[in-house]
Amino acid sequence: MRFQLNIWRQRGPDQVGDLVSYRVEEIGADLSFLELIDHLNEQLISSGERPVAFEHDCREGICGACSLMINGVPHGPMGATTTCQLYMRNFEEGAEITVEPWRAGPFRVIQDLVVDRSPFDRILQAGGYVSVHTGEAPDANGLPVSKEVADRAFEAANCIGCGACVAACPNASAMLFVAAKVTHLALLPQGQPEREHRVVSMVEAMDAEGFGNCSNHYQCADACPKEIPIVLIARLNREFINAALLGRAFGEHSPHHVHQE
Amino acid sequence: MDARIPQGPLEQKWEHCLDSLQLISPNNKRNYRVLVVGTGLAGASAAATLAELGYQVESFTFHDSPRRAHSVAAQGGINAAKNYRGDGDSIHRLFYDTIKGGDFRSREANVYRLAQISNQIIDQCVAQGVPFAREYGGLLDNRSFGGALVSRTFYARGQTGQQLLLGAFGALNRQIHAGQVTLHTRSEMVDLVVVDGVARGIITRDLVSGEIRPHLGDAVVLASGGYSNVYYLSTNAASCNVTASFRGYKRGALFANPSFTQIHPTCIPMSHSGQSKLPLMSESLRNHGRIWVPKKGGDQRPPEQIPEQDRDYFLERKYPAYGNLSPRDISSRAVKEVCDEGRGVGEMGRSVYLDFGDAIERLGEKTIAEHYGNLFEMYHHITDENPYQTPMRIYPAAHYTMGGLWVDYHLMSNLPGLFVIGEANFSDHGANRLGASALMQGLADGYFILPQTIGDYLAGKGVVGSVGSVGSVGSEEDRVGVSEVLAQSHQRTERLMALKGDLSIRTLHQQLGSILWNYCGMSRTAAGLSEALQQLTELKQRFWTRGRVTGEAGEINQELERAGRVADFVDFSELMCRDALARKESCGGHFREEYQEQGEAVRDDQHFSHVSAWRYRGETEPPELEIEALRFDAIHAQRRSYQ
Ligand SMILES: Cc1cc2nc3c(=O)[nH]c(=O)nc-3n(C[C@H](O)[C@H](O)[C@H](O)COP(=O)(O)OP(=O)(O)OC[C@H]3O[C@@H](n4cnc5c(N)ncnc54)[C@H](O)[C@@H]3O)c2cc1C
Ligand code: FES
Repeated sequence: MRFQLNIWRQRGPDQVGDLVSYRVEEIGADLSFLELIDHLNEQLISSGERPVAFEHDCREGICGACSLMINGVPHGPMGATTTCQLYMRNFEEGAEITVEPWRAGPFRVIQDLVVDRSPFDRILQAGGYVSVHTGEAPDANGLPVSKEVADRAFEAANCIGCGACVAACPNASAMLFVAAKVTHLALLPQGQPEREHRVVSMVEAMDAEGFGNCSNHYQCADACPKEIPIVLIARLNREFINAALLGRAFGEHSPHHVHQE
Repeated sequence: MDARIPQGPLEQKWEHCLDSLQLISPNNKRNYRVLVVGTGLAGASAAATLAELGYQVESFTFHDSPRRAHSVAAQGGINAAKNYRGDGDSIHRLFYDTIKGGDFRSREANVYRLAQISNQIIDQCVAQGVPFAREYGGLLDNRSFGGALVSRTFYARGQTGQQLLLGAFGALNRQIHAGQVTLHTRSEMVDLVVVDGVARGIITRDLVSGEIRPHLGDAVVLASGGYSNVYYLSTNAASCNVTASFRGYKRGALFANPSFTQIHPTCIPMSHSGQSKLPLMSESLRNHGRIWVPKKGGDQRPPEQIPEQDRDYFLERKYPAYGNLSPRDISSRAVKEVCDEGRGVGEMGRSVYLDFGDAIERLGEKTIAEHYGNLFEMYHHITDENPYQTPMRIYPAAHYTMGGLWVDYHLMSNLPGLFVIGEANFSDHGANRLGASALMQGLADGYFILPQTIGDYLAGKGVVGSVGSVGSVGSEEDRVGVSEVLAQSHQRTERLMALKGDLSIRTLHQQLGSILWNYCGMSRTAAGLSEALQQLTELKQRFWTRGRVTGEAGEINQELERAGRVADFVDFSELMCRDALARKESCGGHFREEYQEQGEAVRDDQHFSHVSAWRYRGETEPPELEIEALRFDAIHAQRRSYQ
């Protein structure tokens, strides 16, 4: 197959970028989209040009590293797929394909298609866990959890942290990402003791990172390669309001510093 | 080489070890700084636990986030001897299966400890909120993996590694938030600093700015994963590499059993030249899938039209007791054998069927989807074939490396202060790893073993205020040692950047992969290995004369990263072939064609019941082989049979 690729090239965070066109030929239909970029890069290297920087690792849809806007859609046209699992057979012969990095204020472009997603990690650091020291745990079967609840928790825990939800949202909101972690732990008995504290800390961190508000465009869920359901955002709002009603003091610092040592 | 295996009966060795460790008072722990390289299951669990105990931890990963570590891709599950099923499992049985699965090439004491700790791991992960699969009654579900006759594998659909890693990542995040762990992402360790024979720190390259800088600590922990990507195509994530451990080796750490690599039987077959990996189809699929080929070679009928009597379910036929759940090394060889006989299927004749027809008929599509939904989807995406309707086609691919840096019972290498955990060490799997036991080992090392044993080393040093210690400046020797290694790291980067030949690094990596796959893969011979060594010398020459690296060193440069890793792979593969050549027996994944009886591996316990540990002696001298003899007191090392 043959394609024309228009790829965002930007040398560094403070430099201006631009779309540059490349032609690729003799592409097998079974190549993945990332293998297509590998192919282009081999072409660039052999002509002495700088290859396109892009993120990838597992190439099987689980690590969340790959992250491309393909013709304006995060992870491309297939839906419920990551870029690494998108295959060229899903494109038409001769198609023109535009490839850009995630576009969202909090995700700074570092080079070409590589962006900085560390704001996600900082949100999780603020409270996306159960505080249990190694060795403190009771027997695993001591606390039964109904299959239905476990399955729903799994569905939320399935988030791979790729950032497609933020890239898809006109407001660059991270609500779906935060909702997924909050829901995962709020559903399970293990997550109860810190439930209110967690949601407030994470939402505060999310705001501090400069992510926008949710104004119900629902594009995040459409873009999500793991099909995290949109209803989780309503749940996040509920959890947050409940926490507020229960009187969790906002802006309070996490208690973790205290119980160290 | 003293493995420091504690005295006393097997069942009490770990307890004795714990009882005899020197302790550091809670208030003093914060005076020690530990550097942990890697944030996979082993590294994240270790860093979090060390921080909980009060140490200052610096954590390094070349990924943009700890959550991307290759552990995230583990699919099938994690073993534990809980015996929740009441099907006869026990710590002793898990221990026995693992030793036997490893073809009697691992240490009894280590493996027994692993089986003991396995249960605590499940408790810990459930407490963190890991959503393991459950039964309708609300209790944890289990399934079976290869090489076992019990159901002891805990799982979260086909995404167990992801869920366990998110648990460990959470624990790590909590400590980052508390200020106990400093996280360095996009930081690649490019060398180890050793001063007077003691590990003092590491050198990293910042993958965004290109800055090369030293980090000093009181101990260094490598949790940098395995090296299956030496074969170019493997089931591993693209960036997995051997650099951290190989740098350790070149600075004096012993590399144990480098040729012990695992070729996994059920992976997506090779189909085109642009293919960049061979995704795994989890072993758990063999709980329900049946493996077969047509009885006659050249049978061109589509699988659905081949009647039962014309099918050969070769694993069930050859190994009736374990059938489709025979261990990986044995299954892979059997697949290769039927393909070599010309009975393989698919365009190139290099694959076999993994068929769910019976299971779907018996249990329905929904049940099968609940067990393996994401794997079926992945297969469908990649191959454009629907495995609910037509059998999967699979073929063996490089998957896991049992070899790694040599460690003693405390998980310390022969270099004081250098600890190695997870897939990066050689410890518990002998010559073949059983399914669902890498996650178990990584977490046993990281949560429960290393955080205890490292204290003994630090206390023994008795040097609060030494070089790495928080707030200290270090001695003159340290400064000299560091600046020497730092200069070498700069030189090496310059040398790689100077590569301006006509071959891309990826091309060279592909060439390396095919040499190893052909001569040091599923089946090996003395003649083939000698040929490989010859070809590797030429390849190395080619790398440094014709390789090409574009771009600059002071920015994101993925070609430079690749070049550094492939350069180490090339050097390392020589060690792999030497090791395979020296081991004149067949055991586990190491199958030497000269040593077999009717197609089954023949071990030579008289001469090779040992760990082969290699010592680097400079560029011009061949490495030196050191031997750690293995003793089997609790179980008798017999010929492995799964028939
Ligand atoms: C597809 C697949 C499925 C699997 N399924 C299972 C399963 O079901 N059950 C099971 O038990 N096992 C399974 N395994 C094996 C298991 O996943 C791995 O052995 C295990 O996760 C390795 O964990 P680790 O922590 O040792 O290393 P990894 O998870 O590989 O982590 C390595 C870490 O080190 C970092 N690193 C490496 N080198 C450097 C460097 N030079 N500088 C800085 N950082 C560095 C990386 O960034 C990463 O954070 C599977 C493996 C594969 C490939
Ligand atoms: S490369 Fe891992 S999700 Fe795409």
